[in-house]
Amino acid sequence: MPSIKVLAQREEAQVRFTAGHSLCAGCAEPMIVRTVLNAIEDPVVVANATGCLEVATSRYPTSAWNVPWIHSAFENAAATIAGVEAAYKALKRIGKIKKRIRFVAFGGDGGTYDIGLQALSGALERGHDFLYVVLNNEAYMNTGVQRSSATPRCASATTSPAGKAIPGKPQDRKDLTEIVAAHHVPYVAQASVSHLIDLANKVERAMSYEGPKLINVLSTCPLGWRTRRDSAISMAKLAVDTCYWPLYEVVEGVYKVNYKPKEKLPIEEWLKPQGRFRHLFKSEDGKKLIAELQAAVDRHWEELLRKERCTQEA
Amino acid sequence: MKKTMTGHKAVAEAMRQIEPDVVAVYPITPQSEIAEYYAQYVADGIVHTELVPVESEHSAMSACVGAAAAGARVMTATASQGLALMIEIVYIAASMRLPIVMALANRALSGPINIHCDHSDAYLARDAGVVHIFAESAQEAYDWMIMAQRIAEHERVHLPVVVNLDGFTLTHSVQVVEPLPDEQVKEFVGEFKPMYPLLDVDNPSTWGPFAMPDYYFELKRAQAAAMEEVPAVFLEVQRAYRELSGRNYGGFFEGYRLEDAERAIVVMGSTAGTAKVVVDELRAKGEKVGLLKVWLWRPFPKEEIVKALSHVSKVAVLDRAFSFGGMGALYLDVTSAFVHQDQRPQFVNYIYGLGGRDTTTEQLAQVFGELKTAQPGELRYIGLRE
Repeated sequence: MPSIKVLAQREEAQVRFTAGHSLCAGCAEPMIVRTVLNAIEDPVVVANATGCLEVATSRYPTSAWNVPWIHSAFENAAATIAGVEAAYKALKRIGKIKKRIRFVAFGGDGGTYDIGLQALSGALERGHDFLYVVLNNEAYMNTGVQRSSATPRCASATTSPAGKAIPGKPQDRKDLTEIVAAHHVPYVAQASVSHLIDLANKVERAMSYEGPKLINVLSTCPLGWRTRRDSAISMAKLAVDTCYWPLYEVVEGVYKVNYKPKEKLPIEEWLKPQGRFRHLFKSEDGKKLIAELQAAVDRHWEELLRKERCTQEA
Repeated sequence: MKKTMTGHKAVAEAMRQIEPDVVAVYPITPQSEIAEYYAQYVADGIVHTELVPVESEHSAMSACVGAAAAGARVMTATASQGLALMIEIVYIAASMRLPIVMALANRALSGPINIHCDHSDAYLARDAGVVHIFAESAQEAYDWMIMAQRIAEHERVHLPVVVNLDGFTLTHSVQVVEPLPDEQVKEFVGEFKPMYPLLDVDNPSTWGPFAMPDYYFELKRAQAAAMEEVPAVFLEVQRAYRELSGRNYGGFFEGYRLEDAERAIVVMGSTAGTAKVVVDELRAKGEKVGLLKVWLWRPFPKEEIVKALSHVSKVAVLDRAFSFGGMGALYLDVTSAFVHQDQRPQFVNYIYGLGGRDTTTEQLAQVFGELKTAQPGELRYIGLRE
């Protein structure tokens, strides 16, 4: 499993994702991208969905990418990398490519949970050999913090604002990790920017399997979450410690929870520093909603532990 | 050796002989048989192609873009709603200068939903930055698929090429086709030499960057410059194919008994075959009529069209799709080519054959008749109940 030292050595040997991009101060995405790319030893080709990462790293005539990189559109990163991988297979078959090359797609939650879900599902079902990494910052941050199906219930986003009548997003978030698991792919996991070694381990483990793999990474967006710029790690850590965002993996159908907090923190600890939940702390109704959010977190956490027990026993 | 086959089979045969590295395709009537034939070739192991049986046409073109950027020779096929769904990525494929060859089994766009032929799908992709070629017959569809590969991949072009063939009329009807021997086709298309392939991992390239107002315009101008290279390459490839096949391909369009014509029809696709019969019949009666069948629609060969039609006094331009609120797209192309010419025909626009409505020899004979008295600039219909 790659240590920080190994990751740093690899980056020293080949900087795959360079400085000079224009991602916001405090954005979690570059840490995730560097960790993912450094955790893979073989040459890598990257496909990127439209989004923050894409616009901030590829402004013509500059590029932050020191690996082959392609952006096509918003909803088709999975289909695009599927095409790259198909080309690789065909060209390898006739001896035009000799090297072992690995394939990674990056997409945000909007580009993956919403508009790109069909292309992702298709690529998973067809069994292309690639890793899809979701940079999940829980809303359409690139276009101005509009709600996505990854946005948590009650969060105030620009298209689900907290108002006098409606207290933020009325719907629960979609569980993409489980949707992907239901495709029975060899490897699917949740990770967080707060646990980069865990992420690197997951990438390495994922790449040891042939076929489609997905890692859904929680990626703090200080701008959209309305938190301090130095909060990317601490906020993501709170999401893990409250069990709002469990770190787990499903390896060939077997669940493993990678981190079980000794003390499960109340959800308020994660909600309170975030401006997008501020309205919940200003009324009695808000308190009720926080209790409902806590109940949902508890239910999902217990469910996950049950899945772990069931699949490990089996 | 001459064989009988459908247009589908002719296209699939051309694809088998070209043997692209990747085919990403999604079924849709009236294109599906192309995908089916090709899937069988893959299943039988007679091609090395990686078939990507995608979950939508949007993903079909997306996978084609990924595969072509990776450095593979790539082909696909679609029709109607399929093209409408993938159109976003067709524009992107053109902007990335990817030489993807696509057979388009022309079918009417919804709604109402209809599976039969017209050219509304092709018209939807008129401004996508792809080269558009129209086939009159299954033989032409076969020939154009092979020529399209060389045009698309020419180092001065590197653009997607769409080979249009009329849905059902050409795709499903059995015609006589004379394919070339496999090795001749392979030699003709040669080996694909990709530019800056993603799979060249030692020389990493960034594909599909974000361009702001400071560069976008210049990048689009460069794309237009590639399109400007097409006519010369088109003629060069045609010449080589003519020598190889002995078939009479010479020019951006086929003029049929046009040299001394007083009245003419301009049309694209299979209706040209019907029009030739009518021209012969009327010529036998002493009427000086002719036909101009457009092969290359984009880029539009306006100077050559002017030369071919300027002596004609009345021209009917037939569009197999509406451009709602305006005149037909082909009519606009032809008439605008003449805008600075002193000597020019009088033009009439006909909309015909929508949603698979048959266009008969009688109707086209009537068009030639109406041309004598029709008002210039009129928009008329063929075979419409009003």
